[in-house]
Amino acid sequence: MQITTLTLIIAAMAAGAFYFGRERSLSVASGPSRMQSLHSLPGYYGYYTAIWALLPAMGLLLAWNLIEPRVIVGLIVQGLPDAEQSMSPGELNLLINNIRNLANGDVVSGEVGTVLQDAAARYLEYARAGRWMLAVLTIGLATLCASLAWRRITPKFRARNHVERVISSLLIAASSIAILTTIGIVMSVLFEAIRFFREVPLSEFLFGLNWSPQTAIRADQVGSSGSFGAVPLFTGTLLITGIAMSIAVPVGLMTAIYLAEYSSTRIRTITKPILEILAGIPTVVYGFFAALTVAPVVRRVGESMGFEVASESALAAGLVMGIMIIPLVSSLSDDAINSVPRAMRDGALALGSTRSETMTKVILPAALPGIVGGILLAVSRAIGETMIVVMAAGLSANLTANPLEAVTTVTVQIVTLLVGDQEFDSAKTLAAFALGLMLFLITLGLNVLGIYVVRKYREEYE
Amino acid sequence: MAGESAVTTRSKVEQSLGRRRRKESIFRILGIASTLVGVLFLLVFFWTLIGQGASAFMQTFIEIEVEFSEDILAPSGELDLAYADFDAIARNALRKKFPDVSSRSERRELNQLISVGAGYQIKDAIAGDPDLLGTTLLMQVPAAANVDMVIKENIDRNLGEDRRPVSDSQMGWIDALIADGSLVSKFNVALFTNGDSREPELAGIRGALMGSFYMLLITIALAFPIGAAAAIYLEEFAPKNRWSDLIEVNINNLAAVPSIVFGLLGLAVFINWMSIPRSAPLVGGLVLSLLTLPVIIIAARAAIKAVPPSIREAALGLGASKMQVVFHHVMPLAMPGMLTGTIIGMSRALGESAPLLMIGMVAFIVDVPAGFSDPATALPVQIYLWADSPERAFAERTSAAIIVLLGFLLAMNLAAVIIRKKVERKW
Repeated sequence: MQITTLTLIIAAMAAGAFYFGRERSLSVASGPSRMQSLHSLPGYYGYYTAIWALLPAMGLLLAWNLIEPRVIVGLIVQGLPDAEQSMSPGELNLLINNIRNLANGDVVSGEVGTVLQDAAARYLEYARAGRWMLAVLTIGLATLCASLAWRRITPKFRARNHVERVISSLLIAASSIAILTTIGIVMSVLFEAIRFFREVPLSEFLFGLNWSPQTAIRADQVGSSGSFGAVPLFTGTLLITGIAMSIAVPVGLMTAIYLAEYSSTRIRTITKPILEILAGIPTVVYGFFAALTVAPVVRRVGESMGFEVASESALAAGLVMGIMIIPLVSSLSDDAINSVPRAMRDGALALGSTRSETMTKVILPAALPGIVGGILLAVSRAIGETMIVVMAAGLSANLTANPLEAVTTVTVQIVTLLVGDQEFDSAKTLAAFALGLMLFLITLGLNVLGIYVVRKYREEYE
Repeated sequence: MAGESAVTTRSKVEQSLGRRRRKESIFRILGIASTLVGVLFLLVFFWTLIGQGASAFMQTFIEIEVEFSEDILAPSGELDLAYADFDAIARNALRKKFPDVSSRSERRELNQLISVGAGYQIKDAIAGDPDLLGTTLLMQVPAAANVDMVIKENIDRNLGEDRRPVSDSQMGWIDALIADGSLVSKFNVALFTNGDSREPELAGIRGALMGSFYMLLITIALAFPIGAAAAIYLEEFAPKNRWSDLIEVNINNLAAVPSIVFGLLGLAVFINWMSIPRSAPLVGGLVLSLLTLPVIIIAARAAIKAVPPSIREAALGLGASKMQVVFHHVMPLAMPGMLTGTIIGMSRALGESAPLLMIGMVAFIVDVPAGFSDPATALPVQIYLWADSPERAFAERTSAAIIVLLGFLLAMNLAAVIIRKKVERKW
């Protein structure tokens, strides 16, 4: 039986439980003013029974689906002949994959022996038995829990309180998902990163100047160990981020100032949505534009001035990334500028300062913390930006500060290391997680600081 | 003394006036220039995008007289669809137009003018109507991408023969085909009905669109209820304590975590730990829901906050429980705001590609996915894949796919704006 059918059956059972629970509450209510003898509205008795039909069964369904593959694999391995059981974990894994492929009718690598045939047959058998067991168990559980709940219904039974308690714990569970996500992120990058640092010392990763993660297949080949000095990646990321910020900060800030202080309302109502469009364009589109339109122009202009420009220069990626970040900087600066009290601005103007003097000498200093916080968030965005650099920046890890050369970034390396098929325990793959950990920590620091500064500052004038 | 100093101050001010006014106007011009940077970029961007991509919505077809020859289709007397050489039929039909092409190498060059899709089209025709066997039919079959590019003037005819992908003799045949009217330009239906392909003229975005559709379905089914529930809890029920603060900080921070990190989470947790198949829309949808959850929670909280307290107090005063207040009164009033937030979150999810690269949705997949666990790709990832292809024809199709993607995003944002305008309430 398919999972979807089973889910539908349970949902239908819950609907039925609602009906029976509601009917029961009406039938147990007696006396002249029937409804008033009930503690809760009849619907709540229905919801109560439905919840008991639905939740335990769905919980079982979820848990079963997480555990079942492991149990089946364990059973299969136990049933294998001793020779296969004593294989190394890698070989065993391959064998199990083959068994699974054979059972599903997919392509099998290697020849199909009797051991494999047997195992595949047993695999199918277990899977079928498992599905039936699951169906019987869930439907049984739903029926059992619903009927127990149904029997508890009496006029005195406080159904509404029960239902509300369940709902409120669901609400708490939903809001804890944010925390679970953070824990999940930290766990998933941390564990793999620790495995990486067991092979490559932390000091080499943080201070090494040479990045070439290609590890040879055989130990006696050239470059068999690969080198994992991440400094060129950090400098490359900084270079591109620097170029992007040197565009985004002045342009975004001046845009915010112009729109807040100088422009007419009409221009503001036209310009703001246009800038929002800029913020809504997907990054992959910016990447395409950077690689196919901006990079050739940068190259042509550079070469006409006598510079040597790499075809995947840091400048092209940085320029486009800067444009992408303009709306972020301008909207956060706009918030900061607008939350400076009007009285300060009017006071400065009344003393005879020009609008630009009011802006640079009074409003900007007052808004500075908010603007700085916004810039921190923008830097974090630039560091974590992936698609533009994947498409427009290079792969070669050059240690350079020349914006016309090709550099690579942390995000580019994560993508190149993890896209495509690879074994999951080589240093090369694990390096991506170590880079991910660095990326997460740095952006986390910037975000927390930025959010704190923005928030703190906003309260100051409120 | 006093009068003198007043005069000097005044004259100082007057002396500096010119300089200050100049500064003022420079500052103003800088402001205008900065604002124009963004606007100009958008203009240039859309100009080049439409300039490159608009032509991809048309495709060149060659009109040939297809002879459903019995020798090829039914060598044994029976119609044999599995092994018949449909390409040969297309080749023969084209060769009939140029009877004087005889040498082997020339014939090979001539054959390069029609797409391999011609064979499939002939196969479909005879499969749909077996009576065609032995007859001749005028068919319009797709031309090869290079022919298409010549017609759209994306390949420069004036370049030397060795610097363009079309040889001189091929150019001559193309001119001959143009002269006798056998080259027709039609709307490029294949772009919307086909999956990915190595041949630009056959490649379409249907597979990517369906992949994106399945992912968004999962995302909306998970992220909207969870996001709304979390927002309700945080706004209406959460006590002011450490735990709520922690959740709050977490949500704000998650909204700013680089999307690629969510991809790493998906790879480690959903694929390696829960062993959900790689490349499936299911994993993509899960990752995208985690990614959009903070956006939705923040928007939904703002919507709930905007409901005036008097509504809650009135309901409480009439004896409603806290839960009834929230679900019967606050939620319906906050719903439009929550929906706009969700739509904006969905449009962000639709444009996201970096995390999808991590979970294996970058494979070359020809089949259109038919379910949540079929291997699939997404529209932005398709753009990334095509942008990497060297053929000129793929650059054109990439732009076209971008136009389609931006069209969807525009529609979603418009819907959000309309909902906001329509149901917005001023309290």
